[in-house]
Amino acid sequence: MSTSTSNSVAAASAAVSASRARRSVINKKLVLTLVAWTIALVMFFPIFWMILTSFKTEAEAIATPPSLFFTPSVEGYIEIQARADYFKYALNSVVISLGATLLALLIAIPSAYSMAFLPTKRTQGTLLWMLSTKMLPSVGVLLPVYLIFRDLGLLDSRTGLIIIYMLMNLPIVVWMLYTFFKDIPKDILEAGRMDGASTLQEIFHLLLPLTLPGIASTGLLCVILSWNEAFWSLNLTTSNAAPLTAYIASFSSPEGLFWAKLSAASTLAIAPILIFGWMTQKQMVRGLTFGAVK
Amino acid sequence: MRLPHITKSRRHLLSLASVAALAPLSAQVSAETITVATVNNADMVVMQSLTSEFEKAHPDITLDWVVLEENVLRQRLTTDVATQGGQFDVMTIGTYEVPIWAKHGWLTKLDNLPEDYQVDDLIKPVRDGLSVTEGEKKGLYALPFYGESSMLYYRKDLFEQAGIEMPEQPTWSQVNDWAAKLNSADEGVYGICLRGKPGWGENMAILGTMVNSFGGRWFNEEWEPQLDSPAWSEAINFYVDMMGKYGPPGATSNGFNENLALFSSGKCGMWVDATSAAGKLYNPKESSVADKLGFAPAPIAKTEKGSHWLWSWALAIPESSKSKDAAQTFITWATSQEYVNLVGEREGWASIPPGTRVSTYENQSYKDAAPFAGFVMDAITSADPTDPTLEPVPYVGVQMVTIPEFQSIGTQVGQMIAAALAGQMSVEQALSSAQRSTERTMRQSGY
Repeated sequence: MSTSTSNSVAAASAAVSASRARRSVINKKLVLTLVAWTIALVMFFPIFWMILTSFKTEAEAIATPPSLFFTPSVEGYIEIQARADYFKYALNSVVISLGATLLALLIAIPSAYSMAFLPTKRTQGTLLWMLSTKMLPSVGVLLPVYLIFRDLGLLDSRTGLIIIYMLMNLPIVVWMLYTFFKDIPKDILEAGRMDGASTLQEIFHLLLPLTLPGIASTGLLCVILSWNEAFWSLNLTTSNAAPLTAYIASFSSPEGLFWAKLSAASTLAIAPILIFGWMTQKQMVRGLTFGAVK
Repeated sequence: MRLPHITKSRRHLLSLASVAALAPLSAQVSAETITVATVNNADMVVMQSLTSEFEKAHPDITLDWVVLEENVLRQRLTTDVATQGGQFDVMTIGTYEVPIWAKHGWLTKLDNLPEDYQVDDLIKPVRDGLSVTEGEKKGLYALPFYGESSMLYYRKDLFEQAGIEMPEQPTWSQVNDWAAKLNSADEGVYGICLRGKPGWGENMAILGTMVNSFGGRWFNEEWEPQLDSPAWSEAINFYVDMMGKYGPPGATSNGFNENLALFSSGKCGMWVDATSAAGKLYNPKESSVADKLGFAPAPIAKTEKGSHWLWSWALAIPESSKSKDAAQTFITWATSQEYVNLVGEREGWASIPPGTRVSTYENQSYKDAAPFAGFVMDAITSADPTDPTLEPVPYVGVQMVTIPEFQSIGTQVGQMIAAALAGQMSVEQALSSAQRSTERTMRQSGY
């Protein structure tokens, strides 16, 4: 009897502690979910507010206290479309960011391959040096770049921006690809070589399929960085090659009321990349955590 | 075309390409495209919206617009003009840039304007501000699109309630007394709103005129900075004290736009700023004080000299432009009396670009629509950039000094005064470090 009692007590206490443990796990999850949601909402709020402002009139946009409920108006959108052709800028943004990304991948894949699988004693130094070029503020090289572009006839051309964005993103692309490639066991490539694969075949048939999520997320990041870049696009273009960042800049002003129009222009400018980001977020996350768990 | 660094074979290739490109032109005459860079201000937006009118009158020219915010535009244009990049055919620049750029040989001299343009109709101080007045480069280098000075705006209803009568020429000490009377925390009205946002074209514009009027100057005749002089100390102490007591909170982030929003929503008793705000404050769609708006000349202290500024946005043709004739056709159109009339008829007379032509101020339709017109004209014609201060100075400019170093000097000094306004340091500390940094910049520039 006493044994059975003690057994049942033990079972009960085990059940209690198990349920406590379960509850604490649930609590932990709940807290984490709440924290994640709060952070997500805080991060999304400025974008939400911008979209909301874009449907206000200029007077409502600067009203204090700001109104959350109002009659939406598309006046801002109509006015900005009358002043500048959105589609021309959007097409430039698409061509330039995709072009720069493809070009960067084309150069970065072979370089990351050689650094990851055939390192020399200077590889680490080279990688660090590449990254250090990102530490220089862009305006420091504005004049030389402007003069080179002028002499090569690249000012206000998509080709010019594609080249500059490719150069700008190359260090990051090489670094990311390098870390992804490093995670691939050398043995796999060696096995391929034993079977008679050439270097190109090795890259195309073994390396690229194995690291595809990583390459995809690197490419996506490169597209986003090129899309949002505003310094070079403002300084090296006038009208023919001007992308959406230049389009937004033309609605900012130190004089007069412009918040609703600026918000409408910004909403239109980020809409494509935002949708693109949502559609590809699985690949992004998969790529960025690729090889993280061993 | 500048192709100094291109190899011979490339040049051959280019000339082949250009022949190929020009071939279809023999069959059809295509329009010449000119690229116009301008600021995103209301008057320029109207100009952009009238593109089709211009193209209808000049079918051989098409316009391509680059519209940017003032500071971004300034950096963009400076890079292009200094490197002879040739990306723009028309540039919108101000009275600060025109003389400096013209002396560098970056701008095209406008000495063959058509007769019907009536150059003499341009308001003289504005025209002088866009010219090089001496030396071999003497001449006009830009045409004024709009001009402005500064004046005092006030709320007539609040003045009446407080029993204050506005004299013909107010003084800064009167403004201080009135601000004390009008300031009412319960009603959310601040006695006075003035710019506090640091920048040579922001807080230093209004402070420059205050210092002038308190008897101060930026430099003496030997180009030695005078920021530690008693006049500067008196003016800046007065400003910081008045703004601290009767100004809106967080004034260091208020520039023209923020003050315009504050005043037009009824939160300021008085505001001293650009005359170009008048049209906006009188527009009941944008302003809740349109029917209570009073105006007076900018306040003075010890002297009237330099008490109100002079600024003009103007259209210039860079030397590097490849379509100078077409560009000149456009700038003469956009700054003509005909253009002013066109805007008056289409957008309403209160919306015309003001402050450029004498004939505008003789136009009855404009006088009827803009009761402030006479004041603005007086303010502009009485501002004298060549004699802006009580004591003599070696420079030209009321609220600015037209030397290339002034942008950085003005902005640095503006930041220090903003720090004093925010209470981070005393006015004396701010001015002595402003003096030191200005001395350093001037020494480095070889003065």
